[in-house]
Amino acid sequence: MTSESKPYSGEQAHAAPLPAGGPNPPRSPEPEAGVAPVGESLAKDAWRRLSQNRAAMVSLGLLIAIIVVCIVGPWLLPWGLAEVDWNAFGTGPTLENAHYLGTDANGRDLLTRTLYGGRISLSVALVASFVSLVIGVLYGAISGYLGGRVDNYMMRFVDIMYSLPFMFLVILLMVVFGRNIFLIYAAIGAVEWLDMARIVRGQTLALKRREFIEAAHALGVRDTKIVTRHLIPNAIGPVIIYVTLTVPKVILLESFLSFLGLGVQEPLTSWGVLISEGVDMMESAPWMLLVPSIFLAITLFCLNFLGDGLRDALDPRTR
Amino acid sequence: MTQSLLEIDKLSVTFQLPNGPVTAVKDVSFSIIEGETMALVGESGSGKSVTSTAAMRLLPELAETTGAIRFNGENLLEITPKRMRRIRGNDISMIFQEPMTSLNPLHRIGRQIGEVLIRHKQLNGKANRQRVLELLNQVGIPEPERRIDSYPYELSGGQRQRVMIAMALAGEPKLLIADEPTTALDVTVQAQILALLKSLQAKYGMAILFITHDLSIVRHFADHVAVMRYGEVVESGRTLEVFDAPQHDYTRMLLDAIPRGRKEPAPADSPVLMSGRDIKVRFALKKRLFGKSQYFEAVRGIDLSIRRGQTLGIVGESGSGKSTLGRALLRLLKSKGEIRFEEADISGLDKSGMRPLRSRLQVVFQDPFGSLSPRMTVGEIISEGLKVHHPELNRRQREAEVIAALEEVALDPSMRNRYPHEFSGGQRQRIAIARALILKPELLLLDEPTSALDRSVQVRVIDLLRDLQKKHGLTYLFISHDLSVVRALSDDVMVMKEGRVIEQGSTEMIFSQPREAYTQALLKAAFLDDEVA
Repeated sequence: MTSESKPYSGEQAHAAPLPAGGPNPPRSPEPEAGVAPVGESLAKDAWRRLSQNRAAMVSLGLLIAIIVVCIVGPWLLPWGLAEVDWNAFGTGPTLENAHYLGTDANGRDLLTRTLYGGRISLSVALVASFVSLVIGVLYGAISGYLGGRVDNYMMRFVDIMYSLPFMFLVILLMVVFGRNIFLIYAAIGAVEWLDMARIVRGQTLALKRREFIEAAHALGVRDTKIVTRHLIPNAIGPVIIYVTLTVPKVILLESFLSFLGLGVQEPLTSWGVLISEGVDMMESAPWMLLVPSIFLAITLFCLNFLGDGLRDALDPRTR
Repeated sequence: MTQSLLEIDKLSVTFQLPNGPVTAVKDVSFSIIEGETMALVGESGSGKSVTSTAAMRLLPELAETTGAIRFNGENLLEITPKRMRRIRGNDISMIFQEPMTSLNPLHRIGRQIGEVLIRHKQLNGKANRQRVLELLNQVGIPEPERRIDSYPYELSGGQRQRVMIAMALAGEPKLLIADEPTTALDVTVQAQILALLKSLQAKYGMAILFITHDLSIVRHFADHVAVMRYGEVVESGRTLEVFDAPQHDYTRMLLDAIPRGRKEPAPADSPVLMSGRDIKVRFALKKRLFGKSQYFEAVRGIDLSIRRGQTLGIVGESGSGKSTLGRALLRLLKSKGEIRFEEADISGLDKSGMRPLRSRLQVVFQDPFGSLSPRMTVGEIISEGLKVHHPELNRRQREAEVIAALEEVALDPSMRNRYPHEFSGGQRQRIAIARALILKPELLLLDEPTSALDRSVQVRVIDLLRDLQKKHGLTYLFISHDLSVVRALSDDVMVMKEGRVIEQGSTEMIFSQPREAYTQALLKAAFLDDEVA
């Protein structure tokens, strides 16, 4: 073949001219070093790229560690969730009496409570984010792809859901089904997917006019395949960013519900509840605020780094 | 000897990219004399735009510039940013390639031009408006009194480029840098814009640095030319001398890169493969629940027929409905009228009814960057059609087919596990052709398959298309605005304008004896005369 077969410096740069209308720094002409080995799927390829991202891998490790500690920790610690130590009301972190991170005003071990709270907060975050991800992405992609009247009806339904007062919805659910932790999952999931659907629909509208979608039509690819193979993978960047924003939102929403007495009930607790209790005691017992806050902050940090890493890893263009 | 206005002396630009420095411009030297036109020619990635952007000091921070750019004896690389701002727009101005995006969509054009006058000429109020009207008049905008209060979206592409030129002229610059100013425009509009620049140059006596990849423009427009490749000037001199006696191989190759040859005609008795009768396509502009909806008639009743092995070229400017017609024939768009494929009426078939036919009717699109999904490997992209039409194949058999298809379009089959962004424009277009060919189609719709490519790449893609057609007896429906490409590929040509067929006939006839005035104007604007080799 002729000279064209060499990676042509700069020809790719046409795709994304800099805003100044200006220079397209030509790519280096030598072929890239890390050429994908045979038969690699996007998922495998993405994992390989993710594993090269140190911040993302450290975050992933930390997240797994936090989850494991929250699950296993309470069994190993000598204190129970609601167990009151009559000798230690509101004592600070100490090694002497096995209250490693102190106790709260009622003499309950803070570390134990934080780990129990982590189970609730993390599971709410996980379930609600997952629900919003699945429903939102599918709903948005279908609505945007079908377009026209269907799109109109589907999005008006989203608008109606938006206009329902969230508190009212939760109270209604409580009245009908009674108090249940799963109701919180359901209620939060039912609200969070709306934003996701809108984001994905917007992406889909922009994508479906692209020529590769038209080419898929010309190949006779079925609509379901076009949505799952072409549309959703190409909309994944903003979706992942949004998921990493959803998780902290969900954790805070849960604590808000609990604060109003609609969420988890004493003696059960969550990070949000612990933090709000800690704020009240901030001056006399700062550890009550600091301990759950640090857990929450580390989790959110890790999620953000991991989200960034995932977004880059899922885009073959960033190597 | 008149003194040179802009002197570029041993200019080098290096971008400090994360994966190492990349030198975009290496030791480039040339000079422009007052009132003359200098053309910078090269294919994409040759560093021509970087050179001109460096002269305006508009390069991004990560660019390292060495050498000197002297404007009237002053080295632009050493002066303060404040001084540079005075020079920009006042002494040197610039027009860009994309008239659609280089105007701010939220401001009236009068205000955008007036801004330059306020900044550089301290003209305010009435005097400002007066001068803007004068400028609009000079660049040939009809009814300037009305247009001065228009928003950019109300103007056509050619008019927007005129507004850009008016903006550039507002400071009465001594040097105008024009970066591919006509590439995004239709040929007839391009001819008008070039004529306008020429007349304004004579009037204001300004020098023009003209950046282009189109050699026929250079020949008609520039006094001097510098040919660039890989960031270096390989040859420069007076245009006529360079064109008549090119010294460097690369220049010769560029000058040679003209789609040549003609297609061998299909046998006269070959059967009609596809025909259309009274095809109409319309798009809803405004849909109303009650009352009348507004429609835009993109295709207004077209009859055509293609015989097996034939190539029908459809020519027209943007908005003529040629792409819409192509998509309607393949049933990718809703249309009215009858479409027959091998005698069978396919205009009434639904999606699943069309599916078996899809493998026989394939398409290659214009934009090699948009027509391949960025998240699939080349192998997955090419084999997608096989999964739909030949589900009986196993993985290994599909792989074998993909390798055969890649070899057919002269690409290395070992590249099938890479992603599209790793390929150049020409290679991507080959991938798109492979995706269509793997299904062994009978009719191939080629929608401007070469328009986004460099000339030298274009020529090779055209050769490939011609070879494939011969080998597989393919029938092409070839849509293009580029007349030289159409001439090299088609048996018959159909000229479209505003959704109607203006003229139709054999390629020879259309190109040698066009009957209609519109066809004649198209041919004239395309500078085909000097390409006949």
